[in-house]
Amino acid sequence: MIFWDWGSLYNVFVVLAGVSLLAASAGAIGCFAVLRRRALTGDALAHGALPGLCLAFLIAGERSLPILLLGALASGAAGIGVIALLRRWTRIKEDAAIGIVLSVFFGSGVALMSIIQNWPGGSRARLESFILGKTAGMVRQDVYVIAGLAGLTLVVVLLLYKEFKLVAFDPSFARVQGWPDFWLDFLLMLLVALAVVVGLPAVGVLLMAALLIIPAAAARFWTERLGIMLILSAAFGVLAGVAGTLVSTFLEKIPTGPSIILAGSLLFGVSLLFAPKRGWLARRRENARQRHAARQRRFLSVLYDATEPALPHCVPVPLAQLQAEPAWTTRQLTKLLEDAQRKQWIEREGDTLRLTPRGLEHAGQTARNERLWKLYLEEYTDQAVAQLQTDLPLLESVAEPAVIDALARKLKLE
Amino acid sequence: MSLLAFSDFHLAFWSIAVGCVCGVACALLGCFLVLKRMSLLCDAVGHGMLPGIAIVVLLTGTLSSFVLFVGAMVFGVLTAFLAQSLSRFGTVSEDSALGIVFTSLFAVGVVLLSRFLGHIDLDPGCVFYGLFEFVPTKTFILFDVEIPETFSPTLRELIATLVEVPEAFPTMLTALVITIVFVALFWKELQLAAFDPELASAMGYNAQLLHYLLVALVAACSVAAFEAVGVVVVLAMFIVPAATAQMLADRMRPMLLWAAAVAVVAAVVGYWLASPWVFACNVGGMIATVLGAELLLAVLFAPRHGVLAKLVRNFRLTLRIAGEEILAILYRARENQTRVDTFVLKDHGLSRFTIWLALVRLQRQGAIERGASGWQLTDTGAQQAESLVRAHRLWEAFLGENFELPLDHLHAPASRVEHFLGPELQKQLAEQLHEPSKDPHGKQIPPVHEPQMHSDKST
Repeated sequence: MIFWDWGSLYNVFVVLAGVSLLAASAGAIGCFAVLRRRALTGDALAHGALPGLCLAFLIAGERSLPILLLGALASGAAGIGVIALLRRWTRIKEDAAIGIVLSVFFGSGVALMSIIQNWPGGSRARLESFILGKTAGMVRQDVYVIAGLAGLTLVVVLLLYKEFKLVAFDPSFARVQGWPDFWLDFLLMLLVALAVVVGLPAVGVLLMAALLIIPAAAARFWTERLGIMLILSAAFGVLAGVAGTLVSTFLEKIPTGPSIILAGSLLFGVSLLFAPKRGWLARRRENARQRHAARQRRFLSVLYDATEPALPHCVPVPLAQLQAEPAWTTRQLTKLLEDAQRKQWIEREGDTLRLTPRGLEHAGQTARNERLWKLYLEEYTDQAVAQLQTDLPLLESVAEPAVIDALARKLKLE
Repeated sequence: MSLLAFSDFHLAFWSIAVGCVCGVACALLGCFLVLKRMSLLCDAVGHGMLPGIAIVVLLTGTLSSFVLFVGAMVFGVLTAFLAQSLSRFGTVSEDSALGIVFTSLFAVGVVLLSRFLGHIDLDPGCVFYGLFEFVPTKTFILFDVEIPETFSPTLRELIATLVEVPEAFPTMLTALVITIVFVALFWKELQLAAFDPELASAMGYNAQLLHYLLVALVAACSVAAFEAVGVVVVLAMFIVPAATAQMLADRMRPMLLWAAAVAVVAAVVGYWLASPWVFACNVGGMIATVLGAELLLAVLFAPRHGVLAKLVRNFRLTLRIAGEEILAILYRARENQTRVDTFVLKDHGLSRFTIWLALVRLQRQGAIERGASGWQLTDTGAQQAESLVRAHRLWEAFLGENFELPLDHLHAPASRVEHFLGPELQKQLAEQLHEPSKDPHGKQIPPVHEPQMHSDKST
């Protein structure tokens, strides 16, 4: 697209505003859908809206947006109802029920649409734009509708934030506490349905599903708090929407919908890999660190075991004894040795090594802790298993002093 | 390729053939997908294979090559693999992972199609709703035969139709054959994996491999059907016949047969309804609609698992319980020498209509009669009532003996259980309690009679 004139520039701004608002509200409401494991219900809603659109057109006889959207909302809600009924009344499982509603509703919508198109004047309905979406064709009225939706979503989410949070994370607890969990759930799905229906003419069936799922899933990587997740998800939605729209404006023959999805996937990929703590790289690093720490504990206690009989003298320990341990590979052992030398825990003397006083202190502590834990696990198994952590913290930090005293006495006796 | 106008017969024959072949292939696989709860994965694979199709079309320039299978299978398996990896290593929930992967791959496919393949008749719209009508019009001649003039016109048209095969048909037939061979080869393993995946793994079957084989086949069938009906209706062809069959059958073999039958009916009826002389609409959409209608029929009217059958069963049970409650009330009234004119059974959730119906039934059976002194048991009715009251009081005695419950807590559970204690259970209870003659309230436990009423419902 070329926009040297103000008219085209204005159009681009309208589209950007519409897409951003839509993506923001879909992103925020999508968080609840994703946390509630209802991500694909949004997809079913988007597909299920089609027959309602067509029927509304048949009844109204003209392309009046509010009526079409009402029809879409009704048939989307009917779809959700059918899913619930199939689950409740038949042996059909939820996933199959979602698939059935999605495909049968959509199929009947397609059939209705082709009937409409064969009518005189039917092709003016441009109903097929609801499937593919006509992002670039967004006009100011669309933006107003979308802004209304965004405002409504914001208000409802702010008002019912606490309740939604409860339902999203622990629906059974919500029910036990006496919250109307069914109605809260219903309200959530209604908000999802509203977002879907408003978004359909602008972005189409598929992008709508993506806008609900992708920003929310991406935001989940960056935070453990729902409030921040909502804001981040909305922001990611806007970012993807703007970037995708701009890319498809500047590059020829790239449809806007898919390019927004791909921008979103890119954001998701970045979050998946690089997010602190929950990101893949961070978790990998954390894993490696923990494994190294475990090997180090083993290393120290092997050294201590070898040194112990001759205490208080630190006798040299042959390297071969360490190499025989199955807990590490040669390369890992080299790293452990280097690490220990740098921390001045050991001194190398040819093929032997010796604990320094400082190293002895560390090794003694580690060995004591490990033995205490072993005993603790034997004596108080249930309790100990529940408290066991991968980094094997000092037993003093988890168990009661009386228990530790008892264990320590037992350890001395052995 | 023939540029001649096709006869209606030719179009109808091949359209229905295409619909049946695709439909049956999808339906057979669908049974396993539904049982293994892979329906949504199937949706995702259907969308996710689009880049594969786009790339193959980009390289070969045609939509009807066998390489298309390979492309679709690669990307179908990739979709499943990516989604699985995301949910396993990326701490994303399964449904979100599916949603992310398939929308992204589908977007890649659409971008490839719109950017590079504008000249090939595969636009994004067709991806969604398919072009069934055009499938039988692109044909090739299977045998170049000279049809003798002496044949009757009908026979000549039939032969002419049969030798002029749609280009897409061999692909679809291949998909069907592969599916049937797959199901036959892995019959045992597929069933095991469908009903008890843990057991399958424990027995050393490679469930993972089977899973991906299934995914690859789903992709193959999707690609075969995709040009005709589009990515969404393909899902209906997989899931709906299987779900319908699930309502109708309890065993694997009948389920597969039912699914295939449902698919064939949908292909025929769908084509007919969509044809110019009925609704003149999109064939794929109409097939999905017919499939939905078939499912609706099965959900409502299936003999064992249908909603109506369930309602009837429930109502029968309600009626039986109401009748038995009435008998018990009359029996106790006779014990206490009180008069009964009306029955209130609110704590059993029985409506006045049900009670009325039960009364009518009992009267017709000759178990009760209405005299000057209110409702009375007849001799037959008294016998039935005795058995019921015996069950009730035995259960009270059992509860009183084995659980430390206060006396006023015994009646409610007993009046629930009494309807389900057949003569065999009553005998066991009596033996265990050393043939008691009184219940914890001190009421007489009626002696055993020849079993009449409970003979059909020992649990």
